[in-house]
Amino acid sequence: MAFQIECPNCGVRPAWEFHYGGATRNRPEPQAPSADWVEYIYSRSNTRGEESEWWYHRSACKLWFLAERDTSTNHVLETRRFEAQENVGG
Amino acid sequence: MPSPMWRQHELKESYDVVVIGGGVHGLATAYYLTKLGVRNIAVLEAKYLGFGGSGRNTAIVRSNYRTPEGIAFYDHSVKLYEQLAAELEFNVMFSQHGHFTLAHNERGVTGLIERANNNRMVGVNSRVIYPAEIQKLVPHLNVFGHSRFPIMAALYHPPGGIIRHDAVVWAYARGADRGGAHIHQQTEVTAIDVHQGKVTSVRTNRGTIRAGAVVNATAGYASTISKMAGVPLPIESHPLQACVTEPLKPFLDAVIVSSTLHVYVSQTDRGELVLGAEVDDHQSYSIKGSLAFLEGAATHLLELFPFLANVKVLRQWAGLCDMTPDYSPIIGEAPDVKGFLMTVGWGTYGFKAGPASGHLLAERIASGKTPKLLEPFGLERFANDCLVGEKAAASVSH
Ligand SMILES: Cc1cc2nc3c(=O)[nH]c(=O)nc-3n(C[C@H](O)[C@H](O)[C@H](O)COP(=O)(O)OP(=O)(O)OC[C@H]3O[C@@H](n4cnc5c(N)ncnc54)[C@H](O)[C@@H]3O)c2cc1C
Repeated sequence: MAFQIECPNCGVRPAWEFHYGGATRNRPEPQAPSADWVEYIYSRSNTRGEESEWWYHRSACKLWFLAERDTSTNHVLETRRFEAQENVGG
Repeated sequence: MPSPMWRQHELKESYDVVVIGGGVHGLATAYYLTKLGVRNIAVLEAKYLGFGGSGRNTAIVRSNYRTPEGIAFYDHSVKLYEQLAAELEFNVMFSQHGHFTLAHNERGVTGLIERANNNRMVGVNSRVIYPAEIQKLVPHLNVFGHSRFPIMAALYHPPGGIIRHDAVVWAYARGADRGGAHIHQQTEVTAIDVHQGKVTSVRTNRGTIRAGAVVNATAGYASTISKMAGVPLPIESHPLQACVTEPLKPFLDAVIVSSTLHVYVSQTDRGELVLGAEVDDHQSYSIKGSLAFLEGAATHLLELFPFLANVKVLRQWAGLCDMTPDYSPIIGEAPDVKGFLMTVGWGTYGFKAGPASGHLLAERIASGKTPKLLEPFGLERFANDCLVGEKAAASVSH
């Protein structure tokens, strides 16, 4: 099946309408050792399987939201709005 | 009956070098190792030789990169490719009819001038040419007709061209086999054992192998293998798509690339047009093609060659690309795991590099010393802030 994503605002749309924002991850404290920053800036989990990610509805409502996606099939298990008090990293 | 190109073997309990990945990089590394007298080696391939990018690429070979480090490295590869048919006694159909990178705005022209200057400094044949000369060299290109983004200049690289990618893979496989390497298809690595900071063995669906050294040559799958050895990588896997049209009379002998239009095209010896674009926006291990890609590639191709409007697409496919932050590869030993080597981060541009990286990595493994041309490409460059920025020369023109 074609790769589709459900935008929390607009509903199910083809994937090309969206921009991939990367897997969620935690930003180090400003004073953290530089090794931690190198890791944060460059290393990627590049997961083969389920991953939680940021997506952006570039071609429509411009919402940044969260998705759980199986990266081996592009099957999207869940999408949801980001809540301001959440600490998901990015 | 013709003899097979490579033989089948039982999996031995131990090899001096285990290469993971049966693409151009794994097989070239194995071939050059046998030439250096390292013969107790295995190439492990989960599926079949050429399953990965090496059987899916669009076969562009060139060395007109941007950085002096990159240019020198890819130039070494082009020179090895020029000798490859003779060296491996196999027709790899390398046709060097020139490579044109188009610019449609002033920023683009500046980028081409920078590349031409750097290319010439390293001794690579490359220069910027302007519309009249472009039209003379590529008569069917829409240089002066109506277009949304008129062509302002091109980086002309006469030694660039296309090659028969499957032939390269098979030829290296046969060469490695003749040199004594064991090629194991349908052999998937499932775990890597590391003991006291040194790699000791590799586990597969066919059993465990003790290994003196292990080479990760799995491109789009590199992160999955590296994780097994506990080595994080600055790599994200993205699909890259391509398609071919029905065959046409030969009209295009050069490779044409436009970053502004997100498209590149060449014509094969069979007359088919091969076209592609840049990687899909999202990370993924799924290699399904999309209609969005086809629409984009077709639309953009018509800006360059409007008369192709009624040509039919025959087939379309995708492969995985292991993208690095600086669009340069990562080659060498993992700083924290002895005996765990890698030739990864080949992104959308690694086929042309198979001979150079195989040759130099084999030398690194056999001698323990890093050849000069490989020095800039170690994994430690990210922590050391010494990136080799090739995005401008590699994001659409693979
Ligand atoms: C559509 C497309 C167009 C391209 N165009 C060009 C081009 O014009 N010019 C250019 O220079 N480059 C191009 N590239 C890039 C080029 O194809 C790759 O960089 C190159 O082929 C990588 O070769 P490799 O040997 O490193 O890996 P691959 O050929 O990808 O081989 C890796 C192998 O590892 C195997 N593997 C994975 N996991 C395991 C495991 N657990 N155990 C055992 N084996 C495993 C896979 O099955 C695979 O066969 C293109 C790529 C694509 C997808």
